[in-house]
Amino acid sequence: MTALLDVINLQKIYPVGGGGKARGQLHAVDDVSFSIAPGETVGLVGESGCGKSTLVRLLARLHDPTAGAIHFGDTDLAGMKARGFARRPERAAIQMVFQDAGESINPRYTAFEAIAAPLRRLRGLRGTALQQRVEELADATGIPRALLGRFPHQLSGGQKARVGIARAIAVEPRLLILDEPTAALDVSVQVVILKLLMDLRQRLGLSYLFVSHDINVVRLICDRVIVMYLGKIVEQGPTAEVLGRPAHPYTRALLSAVPELTLEPPGPRPRLGGEPRSPINPDPKVCRFFGRCPDGRPACADSMPRLSPVGPGHLAACHFA
Amino acid sequence: MSELLRVENLSVAFRTRGGIVRALETVSFSIARGETVALVGESGSGKSVTAYAAMGILDPAGQVTGGRIVFDGIDLTEASEREIEDLRGREMSMIFQNPRAALNPIRRIGTQIADVLLRHGNIRRADAPAEAVRLLAQVGIPDPARRSRAYPFELSGGMCQRVMIAIALACAPSLLIADEPTTGLDVTTQAVAMDLVRDLARERQMATLLITHDLALASEYCDRVVVMHAGHVVESGPVAELLAAPRHPYTARLLAATPRPGIALGDLAAIPGELPDLRRAAAGVCRFAGRCDRRRDDCAGSLPPIPPGPLHDAACWNPL
Amino acid sequence: MNETLRHVRHVLTENPVTLGAAGLFVFFVLAALLGPSLAPYDPFASDAARALQPPSLRHWFGTDALGRDIFSRVLVATRLDMAIAVSSVILAFAFGTLAGLAAGFLGGATDQAIGRLVDTIMAFPLFVLAMGIVAALGNTVTNIVLATAIINFPLYVRVARAETAQRKSAGFIEAARLSGDGETAILFGQLLPNILPIMMVQASLTMGYAILNAAGLSFIGLGVRPPTPEWGIMVAEGAGLMISGEWWVALFPGLVLMLAVFCFNLLGDALRDIVDPRRRS
Repeated sequence: MTALLDVINLQKIYPVGGGGKARGQLHAVDDVSFSIAPGETVGLVGESGCGKSTLVRLLARLHDPTAGAIHFGDTDLAGMKARGFARRPERAAIQMVFQDAGESINPRYTAFEAIAAPLRRLRGLRGTALQQRVEELADATGIPRALLGRFPHQLSGGQKARVGIARAIAVEPRLLILDEPTAALDVSVQVVILKLLMDLRQRLGLSYLFVSHDINVVRLICDRVIVMYLGKIVEQGPTAEVLGRPAHPYTRALLSAVPELTLEPPGPRPRLGGEPRSPINPDPKVCRFFGRCPDGRPACADSMPRLSPVGPGHLAACHFA
Repeated sequence: MSELLRVENLSVAFRTRGGIVRALETVSFSIARGETVALVGESGSGKSVTAYAAMGILDPAGQVTGGRIVFDGIDLTEASEREIEDLRGREMSMIFQNPRAALNPIRRIGTQIADVLLRHGNIRRADAPAEAVRLLAQVGIPDPARRSRAYPFELSGGMCQRVMIAIALACAPSLLIADEPTTGLDVTTQAVAMDLVRDLARERQMATLLITHDLALASEYCDRVVVMHAGHVVESGPVAELLAAPRHPYTARLLAATPRPGIALGDLAAIPGELPDLRRAAAGVCRFAGRCDRRRDDCAGSLPPIPPGPLHDAACWNPL
Repeated sequence: MNETLRHVRHVLTENPVTLGAAGLFVFFVLAALLGPSLAPYDPFASDAARALQPPSLRHWFGTDALGRDIFSRVLVATRLDMAIAVSSVILAFAFGTLAGLAAGFLGGATDQAIGRLVDTIMAFPLFVLAMGIVAALGNTVTNIVLATAIINFPLYVRVARAETAQRKSAGFIEAARLSGDGETAILFGQLLPNILPIMMVQASLTMGYAILNAAGLSFIGLGVRPPTPEWGIMVAEGAGLMISGEWWVALFPGLVLMLAVFCFNLLGDALRDIVDPRRRS
C-alpha cells in the first residue's frame, strides 16, 4: 500500500535569543520521519513542548520546515512556501480540526459562515449550491440547521466542535489533522464526537493524524501511535504493540502515569521526575531523554539512539529497547 | 474519624442578566479529618461553585441562599468576614487550575511563600525565607535555595503547581481544596503532583477535597466520591463501592462514557440530552429526569437530598 | 438585525448616564446640522448697546463684549468644532488603523519603522507638537485638522498593532489559512473586521480629545480666527472678563465644550458594549 503522507527527516528549527543575531537554535521538530496510509488513523502523543503542535502545523502547511520532505501523494509539499499554499490545489486536501473549537471560529462568523468559508474560497461555491452544501455538512456532523445562524459564543462546546469538524471536511480533504479535538469537552460529549469522527472516516475514506495527550482516547480510535519526546519520535508502531508492550522508557513512564479507573487502590508505579532537557542547542550525541530516564546509562550520552525495529512495525529509539 | 467539613443543604444562586441561576440546590456532603474526597462532575455541575462557597470566595454575583457550611465546628455562613479570612489560608487552603495565573508574576516565588507564612503562621520575619526554601524542598523542587529566587515565568507549569502546593501547605492547613489542580498539566506531571498531594496529606493528616471531571483520577487518589450534576449531589459513597455498583443513573451513564482500557468505542455510550436550564429548573426536583431513561411518574416529585455522611447514597426515585 | 437593535436598546437603557450621553449626542448632531437656522440671533451681529449683558430670557447665555448673543454663537460654533474633530478623527483612524495593522501583522522591519515613527511623535508634548505644526504650516482650519490627526495617530497605531499581534496567530486565523485565505484576505477579511469595533471605540474616545485639542489651539490664537464663532475662541475671549465679573462669556462655551467631551467619552464606553458580540445575549 502506498502511503498517503510520507514525512522524511522533517526538521523545524527556530532561532532564539534577542536582536538580529540568533544566540540559540530551538529544535522544535528534529529529524522526524513517518508515514500515514490511506484510511489510517495515526495517534501522535507526547507532553506539551514535545513538538507535536509544531509538527502538525508543518504538515498542515501553516509553517515552513527548516529541512526535510513532506510527500503527499506524488508531490513534495515541503518545498512549497506556507505563504502561497492557500492558492495551491493541495490546500483542500489537508485540513485540520483545532483543540479550542471556540477560538478557531472567527467570533464575527455565524456557524454557517464558518463552514461556508472554505467552500467559497477553495470550491468557489455561491448561492444555493453553497447553502445546500453547508446544510448537507451540518446534517452529516449533527448540527441542527436552526443553529447555523448562531455565533460561536452562542453554541455549546460540543456544537462548536461539530462546526470545526464540518468546516474541516467541507472541502473533502484526504488527510484530516485532529489537534486534541476533544480535550476541552466533557466525557459524555467526547464519546459523541469520537463516534462522529470514526463514522466520517469510514464514509469519506479519510486518513487521520490524531494529536492527543489522552492515552485512553488514542487507544480507542488509533491504528498506530507515534510517541514524541523533545522534538524526536522515540517510539512508533501499532497501537496494541506500543501501548501493550512499550519499548521506550518514556512511553512506559507515560503509560504508568495515566490514571486508571480502578476498584482497588493501585500499587506503587514508576513516576517520571525531573524536567525535560532544554530543546535549545541540544547535544546531537546525547539521547534527549537522558538525565530524566530511569534506565539511563553512560552509553546514552555517547550516541543518540536511532529508531530501530523492536517488533512487527514497531520502532523505538533506545539503546536498550 | 471526626468530621472536619460539613456542607449541609447548601444553596447558591447567581444573579445574571438572563435571570436567577440556581447554581446549587441543597448540596450536602462532609469530609472527615485526613480524608480525601473527590467532587466529580462535568462542566456546569456546580463542583467549583461548591468549593468557592466553602472557601467564602464566591463571585459577588453569587449568593448563598440557604444551608450551612460548618468547618471544625464553626458555621461559616454565620461567621464574620474576619473569622473566615483567618481560617482561610491557615486552616483551609486552595490550589487552582492554572497555577501560573494564581502566582504573582513579578514577585520571586520564595517571597510569595514567605508572605503567606508571615500573614498566617507563627514565624519570625528573619526565619521566613529559610522556611520557604524548606517548603520548596518538601514539594520536591530541585535546588530549592536557587529556585526560591526565581520568578513564576522561569518555571514550568508543573513546577508552578508545586509552588502553589507549597503555598497552600505553608501553614499546615487541615483542609486542602484542589480545584482541577492538574487540568492543563501533562499526565506525567499530573501523576507527580497528585502523588505529592496524596503523600503530604497522609503525612500531615490533612483532609483533601479534590474537584475534578476525571473519574479515573478520583478513583486513584480518593477515599470517597461525591458526584454532582446540574447543581445537585446525585450520589456519594466510598469510591470502590460507587464505581463497582453506581446507584444513580447519571453516575452509571458517566462511567459508561469514560474511555478506559479494554473498552471499545462502540461500547461507550454518550449521555443523551443536555444540562437543564438552571434559570427555569423547578425547585427541589430531580434535574436529571429530562435525560434519564429510568424516569417514572413520581420523578416529578420533590427529591429527598442526600444527607451528609460517609454512606453510599443516591438522590434518585428509581435507583439502579 | 432585530437582535442588534434590542441589544443597543438594552445597553442604552441599562445605564441612565449612557442614555443621557446618547441624548446629548443627538443634540450635538442636530446643532451641527441645523445650528445656523436655529440660532435666534445673527452670531456676527454686534450691538454695543447690548454688550456684556448677563443671561436673561432674551439672551439665554448673555452677550459678549461686542454685544453678540452667546447662545447663538455657541450653537453655530457646534458645526465647525464637530467638523474639525470628525475629520481629524477620520484621518487618524484610517491611517492609524492601517499602519497598526501592517505593523502587527508583518512584524520585522515594517513594525520597527512604524514603531519608531510613533515613538518620535509621542516624544513631543502632544499639544506643543500640534501648536508647532499649525504654526509651521499656516493658520488654517485644514492645518488644525491635520495637526489634530497627527497627534492622535500614535494612539490608533498602538491599539491596532496590539490587537492585531494578539490575534494573528489565533485559531481562527489558522483556520482561515486552511480555508484558502491568502495573506491579503487574512489581513483585510479576518483581522481588520475583528479589530474594527475596538478601533471604533477608540475613535469615540479620542473624539472628545480632538474637540478639546481644536478648541485649545484656537484658545491660544492658533487656527480659527475671530470673529468666527468657535468654542475655544469664545472661552479665550471671555477668560479676561471672568475677573471683572462677566462670568457667562467664558462659562457657557466652556460648559458646552465640556459636555461634548464628556458625551463622546461616555459613548465610547457604551459602544464597546454594543460592538462586542460576546457581551450580548
